[in-house]
Amino acid sequence: MSDRIKEKLEILADAAKYDVSCSSSGSNRKNKNGGLGNTGAGICHTYTEDGRCVSLLKILLTNHCIYDCAYCVTRKSNDIKRAAFTVQEVVDLTINFYRRNYIEGLFLSSGIFKNADYTMERLVLVAKKLRQEHNFNGYIHLKTIPGASDELMHEAGLWADRLSVNLEIPTEEGLKLLAPDKTRASMIQPMDYLKNEIIRTSEEKKIIRSTPKFAPAGQSTQMIIGASGETDQHIIKTAQYFYKNFQLKRVYYSGYVPISMDSRLPSIGTAVPTVRENRLYQTDWLMRFYGFKANEIVNDSHPTLDLDIDPKLGWALRNLHVFPIDINRADYALILRIPGIGVSSAKKLVAARKFTALGLEHLKKIGVAVNRAKYFISCRGYLPTVSDKPAERIKSYILAESASKYLKVAPNQLSLF
Amino acid sequence: MRAGIIVTYDGSWLGVFTLVFQVYAHRWDVKEIVKSSEKVQAQLFADITTVITDEQLANRVLKSLRESFGNELIQELYYVFLSELPEADLLLLKAVQFYFAKAKDPNYQKNIKGSNLRTQAGGGGVRHNYAEDTVLQVQQIGRSVSRERHRMKAFIRFEKMNDGLYVAFIAPDFNVLPLIIKHFRDRYTDQCWLIYDVKRNFGAYYNLHTVEEIILEDGDQGQAVRAISWDAEEALYSDLWKRYFRAVNIKERKNMKLHIQEVPRRYWKYLTEKK
Repeated sequence: MSDRIKEKLEILADAAKYDVSCSSSGSNRKNKNGGLGNTGAGICHTYTEDGRCVSLLKILLTNHCIYDCAYCVTRKSNDIKRAAFTVQEVVDLTINFYRRNYIEGLFLSSGIFKNADYTMERLVLVAKKLRQEHNFNGYIHLKTIPGASDELMHEAGLWADRLSVNLEIPTEEGLKLLAPDKTRASMIQPMDYLKNEIIRTSEEKKIIRSTPKFAPAGQSTQMIIGASGETDQHIIKTAQYFYKNFQLKRVYYSGYVPISMDSRLPSIGTAVPTVRENRLYQTDWLMRFYGFKANEIVNDSHPTLDLDIDPKLGWALRNLHVFPIDINRADYALILRIPGIGVSSAKKLVAARKFTALGLEHLKKIGVAVNRAKYFISCRGYLPTVSDKPAERIKSYILAESASKYLKVAPNQLSLF
Repeated sequence: MRAGIIVTYDGSWLGVFTLVFQVYAHRWDVKEIVKSSEKVQAQLFADITTVITDEQLANRVLKSLRESFGNELIQELYYVFLSELPEADLLLLKAVQFYFAKAKDPNYQKNIKGSNLRTQAGGGGVRHNYAEDTVLQVQQIGRSVSRERHRMKAFIRFEKMNDGLYVAFIAPDFNVLPLIIKHFRDRYTDQCWLIYDVKRNFGAYYNLHTVEEIILEDGDQGQAVRAISWDAEEALYSDLWKRYFRAVNIKERKNMKLHIQEVPRRYWKYLTEKK
């Protein structure tokens, strides 16, 4: 018995690992009536050897699937070991892992067996059992199965902290080619339902405090990067569209790991586009925390992110007319746009300059990456000496000074134009 | 006024603020602070002034600080205290002197928009004058301690014993056990647990009602005893966890540098999945 559960766990964790979401934040479920667990800021309990955070027990309920999406390791036509957990097995694993402080909660996804409702019903049952029978207040993230009934989705929202539907392929054409069984519309439908329910329940909660929580950590989605020939502009525009219209908490980007001989896809052995993925996350951060709009970073004349420099530096080099920015006078929003200054440094600078006119020595101590920032700022006793130089020159200075971990993998950094 | 004296105290939180009180009362110029538990070089022995911890005096200092700068400052100083860094004692003294000086300085208050010394929206409080070395140092040490506190919330691994007790042994870089008790108490209300700091030889034990401080006779021997009295399912779940940890790794994306940065080697001996 225990051998079989070990094998199942290995198969169904392995199959779930391409879902990159592992966030356990954004909810504030309290531990009620002397039960088990709570949610809050989110904790990464460990990191795998690929450097990814492990916060949740992330598994599939089953890797049996009626669909045949080319990019997916669980696709019907793939010759792999199949397994399925019982509802009770998932509940026991979650509770026992949680009690040992291994995890913040459960991330449960699934292949589609029989049909959408049959699958969704079982996911909901796991969450319901955890909440009702075990008084479990830890984090639960459920995948919403496109095509499941509104009633089941509603119930999922009552028990789970977060729900998600993966867009998977950033463009509709790509999806048609790689996942002929799926359509963008079938993914949007549940996202739209959830968005409206989340808005409706939070409005109700303002009037009736006892309104039950509905997916308090909101919904998220994921796109696979580098499987369908899309540009960065496609990806970022899609992300912005979904952030705006579906009020998503997060969009995740998952560099495609070749798992198929299918000629529609990059062949096995092709490197995972980790640098590109990283640049997309940086862009995502710029949109969410730095006040950038998608088209400032990627647009028709600049549809691809630079691999050798980060997107904020890229924007700065294309917009040198904005600089130098005066550290002691500029608005917080402008300070945030200076390469080498992050959110926490920007806040400290704005707080500290009320007391003293800041010079380079203060910036260094506060934690600004002065080797990058120095081309774009002025402060007490300092004016940039090279701000009249062309962007390409400044870029080469910065690259020469920084020991970027990406230089090895981005040999085209010296391209001159 | 005596110049450049060495002061010794008992190393307690209230001891620090008794010391501060005496520095003001006697107008001492302190060049070094030594904890009474630390060995002091023999030739210096004659010059040492001893401070006896006095709760009332300490609380007068703390109250005054709290009134001028809010509880946030007290908490920041507490984090520096828990860092146990060699420079922490002098920094605490320096920081208190800095803040009291600012509280009295009318010009200084005028410099700040809104002239409220307490934290305000936009970070106008003097606690946020990061151009000042003392302020920045307190903030940076506080951040290191806070990071260790967060790591302990993440890296503690309970093992279940056959009497139902969940046990974890830790040896954090800083003395953060007092900072994580509330977190574990709020989360695990229906199981008894013990978190034991083997480096500092004390632990927090939760008995389903309250958390009490306990000291094991011998921290390391305690670990040996525990091995023979595990719960029957403990081996299964720790094995399942190890298998899970390996199965979610994507080997095509291997990045050991990042892995070690996030999970430094010194924590591995406590992590079920890295043992």
